[in-house]
Amino acid sequence: MTRSSRDLCWNCQSEVGGEYFCPQCVKVQPASVWSDYFDVFGLPRKLGLDLEDLQRRFYDWSRKFHPDLFQRATPEEQAISLENSALVNTAYRTLRDPIARVEYLIGLEEGAVKGIPPKAPLDLLEEMLEVQEALEAAKASALDAETRKRLMDERARLAERRRAEEERLLDVGREWDALVDGSRAASRDRDDLRRPLLDRMKGILAARAYLTTVINDLSDALGEDSQTHASHRRH
Amino acid sequence: MPRIVGIDLGTTNSLVAYMEGGFPKVIPDAEGHVLLPSVVGFTADGILVGDAAKRQLVRNPTRTIYSVKRLMGKGYDDVKEELRYFPFHVVPSDEVVKIRVADREVTPPEVSALILRSLKERAEAHLGEVVTKAVITVPAYFNDSQRQATKDAGRIAGLEVLRIVNEPTAASLAYGLHRLKGGTVAVYDLGGGTFDISILRVKDGIFEVLATNGNTHLGGDDFDRALVDWLLADIETRHGADLRADLEALQELRLGAEAAKCRLSFEERTVLTIPFAQHGFTYRREISRAELETLIEPLVQQTLGPCRLALADAGLSAAQIDEVVLVGGSTRVPLARRRVQELFGKLPHSQLNPDEVVAVGAAVQADILAGGITNMLLLDVTPLSLGIETLGGGMSVLIPRNTTIPTSAKELFTTSVDGQTVVDMHVLQGERELVKNNRSLARFELSGIDPMPAGMPRIEVTFLIDANGILQVNAKELRTGKAASIEVKPSYGLTDAEVERMIEESFIHAEEDVASRLLIEARNEADTVIRATERALGQGSGLIGQEETAQITGALAALKAVRDGSDRDAIREATERLNQSTLHLAEILMDSALKEALTSKRVTEALGKPER
Repeated sequence: MTRSSRDLCWNCQSEVGGEYFCPQCVKVQPASVWSDYFDVFGLPRKLGLDLEDLQRRFYDWSRKFHPDLFQRATPEEQAISLENSALVNTAYRTLRDPIARVEYLIGLEEGAVKGIPPKAPLDLLEEMLEVQEALEAAKASALDAETRKRLMDERARLAERRRAEEERLLDVGREWDALVDGSRAASRDRDDLRRPLLDRMKGILAARAYLTTVINDLSDALGEDSQTHASHRRH
Repeated sequence: MPRIVGIDLGTTNSLVAYMEGGFPKVIPDAEGHVLLPSVVGFTADGILVGDAAKRQLVRNPTRTIYSVKRLMGKGYDDVKEELRYFPFHVVPSDEVVKIRVADREVTPPEVSALILRSLKERAEAHLGEVVTKAVITVPAYFNDSQRQATKDAGRIAGLEVLRIVNEPTAASLAYGLHRLKGGTVAVYDLGGGTFDISILRVKDGIFEVLATNGNTHLGGDDFDRALVDWLLADIETRHGADLRADLEALQELRLGAEAAKCRLSFEERTVLTIPFAQHGFTYRREISRAELETLIEPLVQQTLGPCRLALADAGLSAAQIDEVVLVGGSTRVPLARRRVQELFGKLPHSQLNPDEVVAVGAAVQADILAGGITNMLLLDVTPLSLGIETLGGGMSVLIPRNTTIPTSAKELFTTSVDGQTVVDMHVLQGERELVKNNRSLARFELSGIDPMPAGMPRIEVTFLIDANGILQVNAKELRTGKAASIEVKPSYGLTDAEVERMIEESFIHAEEDVASRLLIEARNEADTVIRATERALGQGSGLIGQEETAQITGALAALKAVRDGSDRDAIREATERLNQSTLHLAEILMDSALKEALTSKRVTEALGKPER
């Protein structure tokens, strides 16, 4: 997404001044003035978010931009409505998910990063070796009741650990939001303060991604449909 | 703005509806029937659609196509497993499915186009105006190829398809007109050939789909097949006859099984009676609902997995669903209702006719597009993840399943060889990690790239899924800002040129078809009466006098003499005369059947004979 000024209506060339519908000819305008997904919904770059409020803003934009409402409009307006809707939908999808929200924020703050590579938490290394052993054993022969129980216990433990990581992520998020709220007063220090917070978030996301991989491997070994475990997108 | 109609293009039946003064209306044909059987018959004289085609199914099984929706957007390999259930001939090939009828080959979109054209004509006759714009529904779990095939069918039929809408969401719109309070809604849609589950949030006139799942190869057809297989085994045991190779007998059995299944939704037991004259016996079998349920239980169970997955993707538990809506003729089956009720723990809605509710919803969506309804808006999702093939045969997901549409994703491509001017992409849909387990949608060829050292060009490709759930791809070279040209090779679809050709051909044939259709219908009617008369004479010639017999055989000969001519009125008159001459015989036969039944069997069995 690029920040480009949009002063004139593409259709009648009159001043639009940041409106999404031209005050003169009422044509829909491309949403290219939005600088990022937070901006789409008029929200500050904070991680704490009222989901109901977000949904209301999303519905408001949908009622303005959805292609259904432009069926009788010109092809140009239809194309703009399609792009604006697609953007609003992606922005909503990203922000409503707490994990995707953090990943997106890190990308915004540090320039485009595509995915954070999974990394095992250091304190779990020994346990992970055992899990790998159990997985190998499960692959080599049919699953007996004992191995099965071992894998399920391990999975439950790791899921618990993942929840703990997500809790930590929320804590760091609150620190971040406090920083954003106070940033006007002390903008000089802001850069020094936010970098360690972003690094901590990245560390947690890497650990979480690792845990998710192992949990999915365990589910596969237990012979469960992997589709059922691809459902962690919404929280 | 010209009127936009809503069409439910179903596996078993199709319907057309429209909105008038804020109320939806389903359009009947001249005889008052709203359901058009999705059956197309190819005869030597022309094409039949609907009831007329269904009536000739038993006599002309290889040239009568039904359940063609199961073949839409499919390749031969996808469907070869179920071909044994179809009497018509599907041509082996490695691309889109083609059906051989006599000396020509037709594709599923062309067959569907004939059904759509029939609905278009019905709407035009009813409304007294030309209809050119439509909203057509598809199963929510249809992939891009299947949606595109449906859109192609509309174009071939002379319809501009303004929107492809998902059936369960259309149904939610129909219910949303008056009946939904709002909150979370689960729509369970079990039709003739497909199953969908959609989870929605309905709030302030917004119908937001949270997740959808399903199986585009599971429906009432499969219930019928389970029952037919069971009956075939029973016939073999009891009569020592294997009917599996007798296409006509199989169709009689299929229609009988379907009717028995429908009766068992309202009765505890029913009797199936089919005379197999060629095999020298009449098959008679009592079937209980419990027996049917044992046969279909595994199929009903198969619908529950997708329900759980959709709930998980929506981030909801079954208990958090406020309202459950049943859609599709197969939700009349009590076992399906029971299982849905158990899963969600509440009594489902079924006030609206499950056969009509999707067409009504399509009409509501049509009215939204026309600007009539302004306080309802549907936000649907793409049912399957979209991705591209990566090195090593993996799939990299660009747009995950259950993303609200329209949606887009951008991806950068470059070249791997110096001076390369063309880049290939392979686009897929599905939830598996490997390409071979997913659905190939199309191969795209980006060309016109300026020759540069490897890795230098930066081609940005935008994948956009529009509000129909159909993919559009655009590409531009970022250095030059030049749009790259893209050639699309659909994996299981028609190219634009092929669709154009089909449109042209269908226009050429449109006029002669109407005239010949009326003639064929008259001939079919004649055949039905001839067949019935011959059967009646065989059974009851001893029960009537010589004079009456002579009268009937005379009328029979007269009809046969005009049957192959092209005078439609003469055929109809002769048919009517033959029909009249057999009324008395029919009465006598009915009496004797009743008497026989009363002495040997219970009355319910005699009355339980299928009407067909």
